Amino acid sequence: MSFIPGQPVSAVVQRIEIHKLYEGDNLILGFSIGGGIDQDPTQNPFSEDKTDKGIYVTRVSKGGPAEVAGLRLGDKIMQVNGWDMTMVTHDQARKKLTKKNEDVVRLLVTRKSLEETVRQSMMQH
Amino acid sequence: MAEPVQAEISMEELALNSEPSEQHSSLPAQPRQDDNWGETTTAVTGTSEHSLSQEDIVRISKDLDDSVGLDCKRYLNVALSVILGLVVFLTPLAFLILPHLLWPDRLRACGTACEGLYISVAFKLLILLLAVWALFFRPPRAGLPRIFVFRALLATLVLLFVLSYWLFYGVRILDSQDEDYQGIVQYAVSLVDALLFIHYLAIVLLELRQLQPFFSLCVTRSTDGATQHYNLGQLSIQRAAVVILENYYKDFPVHNPAMLTASKSRAAKHLAGLKVYNVDGPGGNNAAAGIAQSQSRAMIAAAARRRDSSHNDLYYEEAEHERRVRKRKARLVVAVEEAFTHIRRMQEEEKKKAPGDVMDPREAAQAIFPSMARALQKYLRTTRQQHLHSMESIQQHLAFCITNNMTPKAFLESYLTTGPTLQYGKDRWLARQWTLISEASVTSGLKDGTIFLLKCIDFSLVVTTKKIPYIKLDEEFIDPKSHKFVLRLQSETSV
Repeated sequence: MSFIPGQPVSAVVQRIEIHKLYEGDNLILGFSIGGGIDQDPTQNPFSEDKTDKGIYVTRVSKGGPAEVAGLRLGDKIMQVNGWDMTMVTHDQARKKLTKKNEDVVRLLVTRKSLEETVRQSMMQH
Repeated sequence: MAEPVQAEISMEELALNSEPSEQHSSLPAQPRQDDNWGETTTAVTGTSEHSLSQEDIVRISKDLDDSVGLDCKRYLNVALSVILGLVVFLTPLAFLILPHLLWPDRLRACGTACEGLYISVAFKLLILLLAVWALFFRPPRAGLPRIFVFRALLATLVLLFVLSYWLFYGVRILDSQDEDYQGIVQYAVSLVDALLFIHYLAIVLLELRQLQPFFSLCVTRSTDGATQHYNLGQLSIQRAAVVILENYYKDFPVHNPAMLTASKSRAAKHLAGLKVYNVDGPGGNNAAAGIAQSQSRAMIAAAARRRDSSHNDLYYEEAEHERRVRKRKARLVVAVEEAFTHIRRMQEEEKKKAPGDVMDPREAAQAIFPSMARALQKYLRTTRQQHLHSMESIQQHLAFCITNNMTPKAFLESYLTTGPTLQYGKDRWLARQWTLISEASVTSGLKDGTIFLLKCIDFSLVVTTKKIPYIKLDEEFIDPKSHKFVLRLQSETSV
């Protein structure tokens, strides 16, 4: 998942569809994000490459919609509803996830184990 | 190898006993084992009262050489330079006076400008005199093995210069008996000016050129590895050696042969561990060389394989020694502090005391010395420094410390740590015993990678030269307004 600035990023991604849940007045997804191009990438415990300024899932609340949909701790979010998440500020990412008029968000997430699974399955054939 | 051992004993006993015994007069073909040779053999020592050892002979001959050679060279140098100086000084005066003596009637009178030049000649000569005295007539600091190349070159230059001026003067002025006295005076002034410029050249060559550091010299003592580094300019090897020796006396701790006995005894133990016996009998030359080589290799291999516990001994010996030194040091410090409390400086008001009670520093030192003498002696013996300090020198040092209001700790400092060689008596200095050993000529300049040795009697200083690297500095400008900072953000938002 290392990226070279200026070159297209390729990754094995998983589609996750989360249905927002009403909690009082708010629609919540049940996870927390960290990262962004205005943040300090070296503090990110989940990234392999410490210069990666992407959006990472830092907490998944138990039993929440995100966990039900298959989101895991440490996932890197690549797209939200078609919006790119690899080069956005933290606040822009938050806004794209918490749009009040949407109750479904479709994420493309990537994690290390996905690549290995694909490689193993390719080797089996 | 029983045969050579027997022969050695026979030679020793021949030397010590005046009458040769017939059983040892010839090398027996079949060795007769004398079973108690261990008790009857005495070891030959280096000196006896009636013989001189090799070292003494070398020392005496060196002293003779030094005293005669040095004085000869020095007097020759002084004589030559005085003669040269006189010639150089009297030349302008001679140029001025000779026309008045030889053709006074034909000379044109000296006008005002000419008389002004007299004053200029006088003062320039005075300045030249002071400058030459300051630069050249200083007591020499060292006796070098070869001539000082720059000085010789300068002396030659001055001589040639003055001779060429005399030549010109003799041909153009004396022969033709020139009447233009002002021209002659100006000629003399130009000579004095040129001499001042040659003196400037002498300062630059002799004093200024070596001030800028160019080489870094690493000096290591061969006996205990004490190392120092010095930065020197472009000097010849002999002048660099003088500078290094001057610094040696103040930077290196004094050479203490008693500290080296431990490693020597360990080395002796290694050698004595294995004995090689030749069971095949003596062979031809080639065989002997081959056997010797294989023997030494066998010895080295066996020594490597043997489980040697000498490292264990070394470790425990050193720990034990450390403990002993610290114990003695503690006793010494307490004894000295207690001794110092027994005396104090007499106050002004106490002048009325009886003169029997009042002591000068030497007597005060003698009064308190016995209480600390034993502790000090034991400490010096443990640290193997006892031959460096005599009782007289210790008492002198004590009187000195009392006079200058020093604390006991200040008094002890010169005994607790080994100081540089200059701190100890003159007989330790051996300043006349140095030999410069060098593969390159000693008047050639230092170069990168020059190695030379300075040998004293028991040890030598190994000097290696390295060129100081050429430093290239780059500049980077920082705008003072460019120092700006932001906070590091790591926020986590829950969605």
